[in-house]
Amino acid sequence: MEQGIDARARILGRIRRGLRRGPLPDSLAAGLVARLRTHPRNLVPARGRTPPAERAARFAAELEKEHGTVARAASAAEIPGLIAAYLAQHNLPAALRVAPDPLLERLPWADRPMLKVAFGRAEPSDAVSVTSCFAAVAETGTMLMLSGPDHPTTLNILPDTHIVVLRTSRIVGAYEDAFDLIRAERGTAGATPTGTRFMPRNVMMITGPSRSADIEQTLELGAHGPRRVHVILLEDGTG
Amino acid sequence: MLTTSPAFKQNAARALNDPGLQKALANVRPRFIEKRAKGVATLPEFEQLREIGRDLKNHTIAHLDVYLDAYARAVEAQGGRVHWAETAEDARRIVLEICRAVGARTVTKGKSMISEEIALNEHLEAAGIQPVETDLGEYILQLRKEPPSHIIGPAFHLNREDWIEAFRKSHTHRPADRAFAERRDLLTEAREVLRDRFLAADVGITGANMLIAETGSSVIVTNEGNGDLTQTLPKVHIVLASIEKVVPTLEDACVILRMLARSAVGQDFSTYVTFSTGPRRPEDPDGPEQYHVVLLDNGRSNMVGTEFQDMLRCIRCAACMNHCPVYGSVGGHSYGWVYPGPMGAVLTPSLIGVDKAGHLPNASTFCGRCESVCPMKIPLPKMMRHWREREFERHLTPRATRVGLGVWAWFAKRPGIYRLGTRIAMRTLGLIGRRRGRFAWLPLAKGWTSGRDMPAPEGETFHARYERLKRQGLV
Repeated sequence: MEQGIDARARILGRIRRGLRRGPLPDSLAAGLVARLRTHPRNLVPARGRTPPAERAARFAAELEKEHGTVARAASAAEIPGLIAAYLAQHNLPAALRVAPDPLLERLPWADRPMLKVAFGRAEPSDAVSVTSCFAAVAETGTMLMLSGPDHPTTLNILPDTHIVVLRTSRIVGAYEDAFDLIRAERGTAGATPTGTRFMPRNVMMITGPSRSADIEQTLELGAHGPRRVHVILLEDGTG
Repeated sequence: MLTTSPAFKQNAARALNDPGLQKALANVRPRFIEKRAKGVATLPEFEQLREIGRDLKNHTIAHLDVYLDAYARAVEAQGGRVHWAETAEDARRIVLEICRAVGARTVTKGKSMISEEIALNEHLEAAGIQPVETDLGEYILQLRKEPPSHIIGPAFHLNREDWIEAFRKSHTHRPADRAFAERRDLLTEAREVLRDRFLAADVGITGANMLIAETGSSVIVTNEGNGDLTQTLPKVHIVLASIEKVVPTLEDACVILRMLARSAVGQDFSTYVTFSTGPRRPEDPDGPEQYHVVLLDNGRSNMVGTEFQDMLRCIRCAACMNHCPVYGSVGGHSYGWVYPGPMGAVLTPSLIGVDKAGHLPNASTFCGRCESVCPMKIPLPKMMRHWREREFERHLTPRATRVGLGVWAWFAKRPGIYRLGTRIAMRTLGLIGRRRGRFAWLPLAKGWTSGRDMPAPEGETFHARYERLKRQGLV
């Protein structure tokens, strides 16, 4: 890769020539890396600063505006029943591909013997997926899905219908709050310039079902991703 | 992509006389303006964010070498590969090498303007690899063998009947008598046809709306979900990104994300904002085994330190072209290359040369709406003026224009003669045109009068009026 190293040096060299300086002295470069490490916040708008007690309602209202639907569960035991009712209401097959997530594995699926439940990554024939969600943002009704053994990414995008179980305690105000949660809960030492790594391979921020306005600039739901996004809000203390 | 920018005038004349295009433009433009206004109204802090965004991008460009280096090291620390490409040709070669190394036969693609810039599809096809565009707009353009006309809605120049015709012609395995009663039927058919392509592809290629130095992540912002299928299902994911896409931190990305979808289509947030960081991890049940980033320069580093540096702040939201009266009249294809509208009028001469793209910065009324809606506050009209100056300095301006400017300059440098001359000319024209109030024809002004009337002057000259008002203490 001799050529690749040269290309890198030439591109960086042209940038420095344009900036009329050589490589930045170590002390100044260290200041920039320190900024990466401390990642100071910029302006967080008022709509991202919803008080905790109002976040679940704000999240639901924003998501519904973006064509998602929301149901509420007072306990985890209610969830299989709520899912069965949703599938019946929309004439969907009673077969689910569920994320291998402890929260979802522990649900009393046996209460609903009509539901066919399989765990794992999505197969092309799967019509309905069920996942949990790492956190959600009240600001715009946005959910964060983090890839990992408990959350295959394909479940977010391959099936026609995506059902999400979201604990209300995981709803934060702004995007910045959600990123701080990832840093706090997933951070480990790493050989990156900041000395840490915390991003899973894939972080999807999802706000409603897939859509396209490419035909005559008119919105149609259900492009290549799910046609329906249904969120079950599980009350667990706050929100 | 081959350029027809030198033929802008002919392109524009053809576009103005194309009823299908004019119908599509009339349908699209007012909606864009209304949608952005609504989107911006949902965020009272929008104007403050524009200033923060501008400063943030300026800071990043002033330290672009440091942030690019940090970004590349963060990618590599997490198992990804970064390939530095100085030119379009380098980028094409790198992508082809990666595809060949895994024996790729088909490649799915998310929407990427960089891919258009480097003419990747033609290159892959010539090497026997089938590229498949999966963004709905890009897909129909691939079927019609056409370039995009807009950077976020590549097929906005088409009407529904064009879609139906292309689908009937290309999807011959489907019943010929099927009905397309609604737009949704077109969408469903595209979804079904492309689903098999997603599952069969060996390599997925996406662009990037941003690169994050802090985390080594690439970010795509989409609504359809095609970009996520493209980067999740195949065993190799290639990201095509230009060097100015880097931002320092996730917090900095938030500033841009809050403005991007609102500026583009008036959405508060796009449906999918996805961060990709390296290849599949050992414990992951899905995702690509290889993750490559091709970092393209292609002329951008030469813009640093010049009067065109501010253009590197552009986040490709398309608000400038959506609000541009010239774009709204002639459409995107007239501009003759990848980037149309005001941002294209500034960027295209930087990337392909002012000798080829000199007409573009001239295609402006300087109404300033582009700058007023730009989320990064890029002074687009000012930079178009810089290109006009460069064009003049390099003697690329047509002879008639140069002679005209020379005559005007001779007078302008002699204020006495200038005032006398304009007074006589104004009085004469005012007298001749007194009855009709306008001229349908004037000597030496055919360029103006062939398209519209010239109003007959009335009252006094600007200088005389200014002097009078000054005397009266009104200015």
